[in-house]
Amino acid sequence: MAEMKKKAGAVADSTPSVSDVVESDASTTTEVEAALDKRVARGEPILQVRNLVKHFPLTQGILFRRQVGAVKAVDGISFDLYQGETLGIVGESGCGKSTVAKLLMTLEKATAGEVFYKGQDITKLSGRALHAVRRNIQMVFQDPYTSLNPRMTVGDIIGEPYEIHPEVAPKGSRRKKVQDLLDVVGLNPEYINRYPHQFSGGQRQRIGIARGLALNPEIIICDEPVSALDVSVQAQVINLMEKLQDEFNLSYLFIAHDLSIVRHISDRVGVMYLGKMAEIGSDQEIYEHPTHPYTQALLSAVPVPDPEAREGRERIILTGDVPSPANPPSGCRFRTRCWKAEEKCSKEEPLLAIPQRFATTDSLAAHESACHFAEEKDVVGAA
Amino acid sequence: MTTNETPANVPEPAAGKGAPLLEVRDLHVEFHTRDGVVNAINGVNYSVSAGETLAVLGESGSGKSVTAQAIMGILDMPPGKIPKGEIFFRGDDMLRMSDEERRKIRGSKLAMIFQDALSALNPVLSVGYQLGEMFRVHQGLSRKDAKAKSIELMDRVRIPAAKARVNDYPHQFSGGMRQRIMIAMALALEPDLIIADEPTTALDVTVQAQIMDLLAELQREYNMGLILITHDLGVVADVADKIAVMYAGRIVENAPVHELYKRPAHPYTRGLLDSIPRLDQKGQELYAIKGLPPNLQHIPAGCAFNPRCTMAQDVCRTDVPVLHQVTERDGAELPGRGSACHFWKETIHG
Repeated sequence: MAEMKKKAGAVADSTPSVSDVVESDASTTTEVEAALDKRVARGEPILQVRNLVKHFPLTQGILFRRQVGAVKAVDGISFDLYQGETLGIVGESGCGKSTVAKLLMTLEKATAGEVFYKGQDITKLSGRALHAVRRNIQMVFQDPYTSLNPRMTVGDIIGEPYEIHPEVAPKGSRRKKVQDLLDVVGLNPEYINRYPHQFSGGQRQRIGIARGLALNPEIIICDEPVSALDVSVQAQVINLMEKLQDEFNLSYLFIAHDLSIVRHISDRVGVMYLGKMAEIGSDQEIYEHPTHPYTQALLSAVPVPDPEAREGRERIILTGDVPSPANPPSGCRFRTRCWKAEEKCSKEEPLLAIPQRFATTDSLAAHESACHFAEEKDVVGAA
Repeated sequence: MTTNETPANVPEPAAGKGAPLLEVRDLHVEFHTRDGVVNAINGVNYSVSAGETLAVLGESGSGKSVTAQAIMGILDMPPGKIPKGEIFFRGDDMLRMSDEERRKIRGSKLAMIFQDALSALNPVLSVGYQLGEMFRVHQGLSRKDAKAKSIELMDRVRIPAAKARVNDYPHQFSGGMRQRIMIAMALALEPDLIIADEPTTALDVTVQAQIMDLLAELQREYNMGLILITHDLGVVADVADKIAVMYAGRIVENAPVHELYKRPAHPYTRGLLDSIPRLDQKGQELYAIKGLPPNLQHIPAGCAFNPRCTMAQDVCRTDVPVLHQVTERDGAELPGRGSACHFWKETIHG
């Protein structure tokens, strides 16, 4: 019922314009070439994350608070984000994906580690310097129903970043800029005085994206941007995001739990488990040549909307749940659910590196994977 | 063995072989709100037999959950109203039954699994108490016996250390475990039919796979009918026997699961299938169905999908399409297939 009411006002609106249908007929060879080109032409990373750690303290006692432990939400993560690329981060709930997003936005203070934006460590910045950096890193949130203030008009929401960074748009030009942004994200510029409740979920997410674009950032961190949307609307928003990336040369950090969507939009993918990076590589490396057992299990568990393709697939069903990040297992964190676990796994923590056996080959399995027994396995059946 | 006895033409029990367990016929549901009448369901027909899984697929607002609530008899009335339709369970129309009769069916014959286990369970009662309630109320067992049965049930849905956990509260369980408890509760009285409303939407993929496997296994074991309500085309492909696709309160297409994916006969289904990214392929741009799902207060005239449809002609804007029997090119009927599109032939045969 609630949904029906919400939609009530929105239906009369025009249909979004960014729904051009483009036949996807790319042959696989050009795809591989494109992937290789990307590898070569990557250049300098725009964002470098090194050993990023975030522990949330657990305290006890009312008068004398003492720390009795810590939830190790993010526990030593490193990755690079390059100009114009999309890095997908996948993982189950509680693996620390969203905490990474907050740390990169400096909404949370890192316990340890560094985040270099163009060579500058933003975790150490404060005041004016931080203010300046934040202009270049913006965010699109998951839930378009709660991330927009219901008492503000769309114009105020999208224009609010200009209040904080007035140098981007002088007062007189703001209304025009907001209207341009609405047009860019495929909404009618005349809607500038409407309120969020007059829009549908997909349209609201477009407003959230317009707000993220307002300051011409270089990096946009997208935390589950389409998971709250209906299937038929998801594709519209994904296509919009891809179009904007080309247009403005944006770098996306795309956090999601839907592996199919992440594959579609990402150039590279990182798989997180319990605050650690389990495996990272190009989309082809991760999806077609995964070497970490967790990645393999995750991929094999994804339901494929094609009953015939499904029959040829091997399914790995993990037992149990993700352990508590307050008390993670020793050694490899995945060992409690892993079918390959041996004594070594409980003693020695595997490092994220290219497995030695693949290091000298030019196979696509030669990408970073944090497993003692890394082994290639095609679980998607795409190769 | 010919005798002169008057032929004992005792009618077979309604749920004999072949007869559907549950049959929904031309169901309409509307909600009377301050802003006017919302037509949530506009003539839904489907049936489920024992041991069969029917998946009801649709976006939010398509009426898939409201149909389930109407079947269970848990629709809020008012504002809800069922102006028309029949729901036969083992041959009896449940909409004509008294509240007393329905209550007897609900829980023991028909059970439901809800999407969000945390809000469906009572946070201040232990799970053992809530499971045991089923036995105490419906079978009049003592507290002690009920608890023993609860432990047995928790074992059956593979909750580790059930004996130790029977007195735990819902918040002490993980999402997957809570959903197992919901399944246990639905199974408690060994119902004939389970309606699962988005049972895995709130769960992670690895846990989702565990839960769907468990459901499928229990269904086989008890030979239950299962109605699986979902918006996820992937989940459906894994478990369903047949699919009914809903749009704006109507079934627009129904088909056996393999055929639906291979050859959709309705433009909406085809659009949905094309608009989801694939795990095993990296495409260029996603196909996107233009526009938005309709407002149920003002459903477009003719076919509700016409403003978003790439094939829409004038007839689509005036005439509501009926559910056509889908046939092969040569006219051979495809069993169990229907499409509510004026141009189903063009859609399926290209």
